[in-house]
Amino acid sequence: MIELTEQPIDFSALTESVRSHQAGAVVLFLGTVREFTGAAQTEWLEYEAFPEMATAALERLEADVCQKFTVVSVAISHRYGRLELGDIAVAVAVSSPHRAQAFEAGRWLIDKLKECVPIWKKEHYTDGAAEWLHPEPGTDRPSESDSATTGKDQSP
Amino acid sequence: MKLSVLLFAAAREAAGVESVELEVEESATIAHARIALLRTVPKLAMRTGTLLWAVNNEFAGDDRVLHSTDAVACFPPVSGG
Repeated sequence: MIELTEQPIDFSALTESVRSHQAGAVVLFLGTVREFTGAAQTEWLEYEAFPEMATAALERLEADVCQKFTVVSVAISHRYGRLELGDIAVAVAVSSPHRAQAFEAGRWLIDKLKECVPIWKKEHYTDGAAEWLHPEPGTDRPSESDSATTGKDQSP
Repeated sequence: MKLSVLLFAAAREAAGVESVELEVEESATIAHARIALLRTVPKLAMRTGTLLWAVNNEFAGDDRVLHSTDAVACFPPVSGG
């Protein structure tokens, strides 16, 4: 199940949607709006999507993850529009017969999503500054995405 | 031929519009469209190195040949999640 939504993500329903008697493991990943990135204090975030391409890209990820991993079911929901601190920006739920594949598939999905799904976030800081984030080293303030590559993951 | 290019995020904001019409030669490539885009919207010049292109909802490289019926989009590296 793939969803782009302006409404709050119901992660309970999303998780429930992948549960099955064939699955012995269900993994849920939530990316939430973090207040501090280094010294920069976020007030709110704005997400913009290219809906047609983002949907197509998410559908491809859904198909690919089923090829690469032993997965029973997958559900991905990404929000767009204005998000406040603590809001859920993205939810990825994966079910699998065993936990190792569920964790690996979930990790693969969120990493790929950040790499190839056309969605962008704009940080609005408490000091009044605002900037679009781009995952390029050395150009911006430390981005939300950097945490994922340093291993200290506090996504988004 | 005329080519309509959708813009997103920082590219849309820098241009001040959600899409631009470009005039390019028949069988122009993304590389040609990039030059035409910069001529039309010089404000995007500082971003040329990083702007990505998509054709019919798939990422496209500089060599991709364009047709007037293609849905073309141009945007910065993605930062969702």
